[in-house]
Amino acid sequence: MALSETTLDTDLSVHSTFASRYVRTSLPRFKIPDNSIPKEAAFQIINDELMLDGNPRLNLASFVTTWMEPECDKLIMASINKNYVDMDEYPVTTELQNRCVNMIAHLFNAPLGESEAAVGVGTVGSSEAIMLAGLAFKRKWQNRRKAEGKPYDKPNIVTGANVQVCWEKFARYFEVELKEVKLREDYYVMDPEKAVEMVDENTICVAAILGSTLNGEFEDVKRLNDLLAEKNKETGWDTPIHVDAASGGFIAPFLHPELEWDFRLPWVKSINVSGHKYGLVYAGIGWVIWRSKEDLPEELIFHINYLGADQPTFTLNFSKGSSQVIAQYYQLIRMGFQGYKNVMENCRDNMIVLKDSLEQTGRFNIVSKDVGVPLVAFSLKDSSQHNEFELSDMLRRYGWIVPAYTMPPDAQHVTVLRVVIREDFSRTLAERLVNDIQKVLQELDALPSKPKVSICGDDNKVVVKKTALETQREVTTVWRKFVMERKKMNGVC
Amino acid sequence: MVLSKLASESDVSVHCTFASRYVRESLPRYKMLENSIPKEAAFQIINDELMLDGKPRLNLASFVTTWMEPECDKLIMDAMNKNYVDMDEYPVTTELQNRCVNMIAHLFNAPLGDSEAAIGVGTVGSSEAIMLAGLAFKRKWQNKRKAEGKPHDKPNIVTGANVQVCWEKFARYFEVELKEVKLREGYYVMDPKKAVEMVDENTICVAAILGSTLNGEFEDVKLLNDLLLEKNKVTGWDTPIHVDAASGGFIAPFLWPELEWDFRLPLVKSINVSGHKYGLVYAGVGWVIWRSKEDLPEELIFHINYLGTNQPTFTLNFSKGSSQIIAQYYQLIRLGYEGYRNVMENCHQNAIVLKEGLEKTGRFNIVSKEIGVPLVAFSLKDNTRHTEFEIAEMLRRFGWIVPAYTMPADAQHVTVLRVVIREDFSRTLAERLVLDITKVLHDLDSLPAKINARMSVVAEQKNGTVVKKTAIETQREITTYWKNFVMA
Repeated sequence: MALSETTLDTDLSVHSTFASRYVRTSLPRFKIPDNSIPKEAAFQIINDELMLDGNPRLNLASFVTTWMEPECDKLIMASINKNYVDMDEYPVTTELQNRCVNMIAHLFNAPLGESEAAVGVGTVGSSEAIMLAGLAFKRKWQNRRKAEGKPYDKPNIVTGANVQVCWEKFARYFEVELKEVKLREDYYVMDPEKAVEMVDENTICVAAILGSTLNGEFEDVKRLNDLLAEKNKETGWDTPIHVDAASGGFIAPFLHPELEWDFRLPWVKSINVSGHKYGLVYAGIGWVIWRSKEDLPEELIFHINYLGADQPTFTLNFSKGSSQVIAQYYQLIRMGFQGYKNVMENCRDNMIVLKDSLEQTGRFNIVSKDVGVPLVAFSLKDSSQHNEFELSDMLRRYGWIVPAYTMPPDAQHVTVLRVVIREDFSRTLAERLVNDIQKVLQELDALPSKPKVSICGDDNKVVVKKTALETQREVTTVWRKFVMERKKMNGVC
Repeated sequence: MVLSKLASESDVSVHCTFASRYVRESLPRYKMLENSIPKEAAFQIINDELMLDGKPRLNLASFVTTWMEPECDKLIMDAMNKNYVDMDEYPVTTELQNRCVNMIAHLFNAPLGDSEAAIGVGTVGSSEAIMLAGLAFKRKWQNKRKAEGKPHDKPNIVTGANVQVCWEKFARYFEVELKEVKLREGYYVMDPKKAVEMVDENTICVAAILGSTLNGEFEDVKLLNDLLLEKNKVTGWDTPIHVDAASGGFIAPFLWPELEWDFRLPLVKSINVSGHKYGLVYAGVGWVIWRSKEDLPEELIFHINYLGTNQPTFTLNFSKGSSQIIAQYYQLIRLGYEGYRNVMENCHQNAIVLKEGLEKTGRFNIVSKEIGVPLVAFSLKDNTRHTEFEIAEMLRRFGWIVPAYTMPADAQHVTVLRVVIREDFSRTLAERLVLDITKVLHDLDSLPAKINARMSVVAEQKNGTVVKKTAIETQREITTYWKNFVMA
């Protein structure tokens, strides 16, 4: 029998991935490779490179859920190939979305009759939700101004300088002016009085945040509502409120049910919440609820016949996966009110443990409040020798990702570190984190202080003669800090 | 030993789900329940209800991928808890996106230097991609008009009436006028000549579709480019082109590489493609590529410090899952050029098999073309007795989801059925489908024509004559009439 030369064949099927030639070739970066490679090789190569990503569960910067029960993972995988927008083909999935909308609307005390359907929609996140809400306000305001025969070319929105970047995106992309209420030291949220002062006839809405990204604080929506109600009585402008409850929407109803911030306040016309934050679902789901049909102009809703039957659609995205919607429904029925309350209470208790331990070190000021999103924002009492950015850097070595950032105007001189307590951040981890922070403090204390660089970016003044190497090191360090600080834009949230 | 009454405890932990009380209670629809329920019960209840959804792989209406290799499923599950937007925390995932952008840009012949990075971004789908591209055009046009001191309050965009709804959304949400080139019977895409005629000084761009949703046809982008070049020379308006290659972007380069539709044409400034259509990834990823930096105004890009370090962001969505991006990269390196070509050739062949099977029945006109997205759009030669909508309905009984819809203006009298051939629609399935369609035709032929009911009810409306019928006949008529009315 002739031994045919089929080395290629054995190469593919017999060699284990790490014995094959695929791990010797450089992965393509700019162009699609000409040939296919075996699926095992593709999987292994990508999987291995991804090992160098941060560990999602140790990412204490993010509010977004990083753990779900395996049963839910099963449901997610099973629906990964369902295109959510095919309402006619997947009527059950569509109905699950509707049930979620209704449940969340009731959670927010929307004024609905017994079997009245809520007005709302699932989105990819709070960014899309906010853009939809903003669009609705803009269109409503334009229609009203047209009816009154007044100019409608300069709409604006009033918010605090602490808003998340999606409001700025909304403003810039949809050509609405953003009027920001500046912050000040020790007051890191929007001041309701100042906000109402800024309202004029072109204001399409005032946006309040329930759970500021910077320090987790809840803005005083009730006060805003009362002040705005007075102003509206005088002016007749009927300026409405939108509550950005991206984080707080799934916290306040469970931990602080007596806090009035939602549709119980008459001027609140729409609310958005991130399902993927404290809704306890993986990234990719948000919700926007309107108070009533009147608050969502019909002309913004498209009725299409794309796939064979009438489908109403009012979202920016069209095709997307169904998994997160199903996962949200799973959480709502699996946990129920009690379950969510328990999770939020755990988060809050762990937050207090972390906060107390940090206070005990005697080196930190706590910037976050007790009532708010369970997070701890803290800054060094003395940042002259070493600053928060260095702390953040050194914590990375232990695996923790703890972000440091400066406050927006007019409090740019304040730098904070922020740890978000999510569902899966147990007490054990909290204690370990404090331990590691203390180690880092000790290490920093032992290091010589770095040359001072002012935040305004002035050139460093080096007076003492140093060796070439020392100078080099100094220069690189200074430049690194300079660049990092210059990059801290006002879009901090 | 005292047997304490722990009925509720044994209830929860011992009973199998279907023995427990959870499957006896009605699921909440409007309000959250007060208590939690066990995870097994939650899983089972939802899983079971979802059984009544259509089967994704038999959904022949959709272009969106419904199958991926198990290895990729593994990668997807592992990346499920990674929030894509955390660039600093997940630098590898961010880089995978950049690699995909570069690869796709090269696939579209973007004029890039050797190690020059392409300009583009991953989105949730073509809708977002198109909105971003449209925004870039709008802003560029506005800046140009401001510099010229001319009015910039009435931007418009020229497209065919066959555009997908996201263009209409873009137009309405971003306050741009949509100037649609009407279709006509037998010509279901945008006519380049008419399109160029409609271009005026307020036109921010002309949008051409590579792979019309209705019948899969590729529009003649080259002709559009040449005509627009001439007009631009005359007017000096520099009107650009955007190619909506949502479906076609991953087909044309592999099946018809000589077809010029991409950045090889100088006026094409941006292209979008759906990763989740013929990019062969599950729903949730699209791509938009710009020709060069000049085509994406810097002021639209936000530099934020949300999570501790500088992150440039120009997308409508912020937080989202990383799974689909990783899956797209997997496909690009796993399949490579030859793999994609093989898949597209298979789809193309299976489309031909289906088309020929349908033609053999002698009952259908084929409305789709050979060159285009692998799909078969067909209408009844004679739809006086039964309509395409009835065929679609009856096919459901066999498990197939085949949509029927009417063409947009000015061809609204034409109704088509459309079958999309995806990667996972094998020849066996194609043959089975033809068999089932033949069965349906058979069944319909033996049914009385519904037309009488429709015509007589219409006649009633027109001249007020009342035809006496029994109560049940009238009821049936009314329901059928309304059904046809609503569905059409």
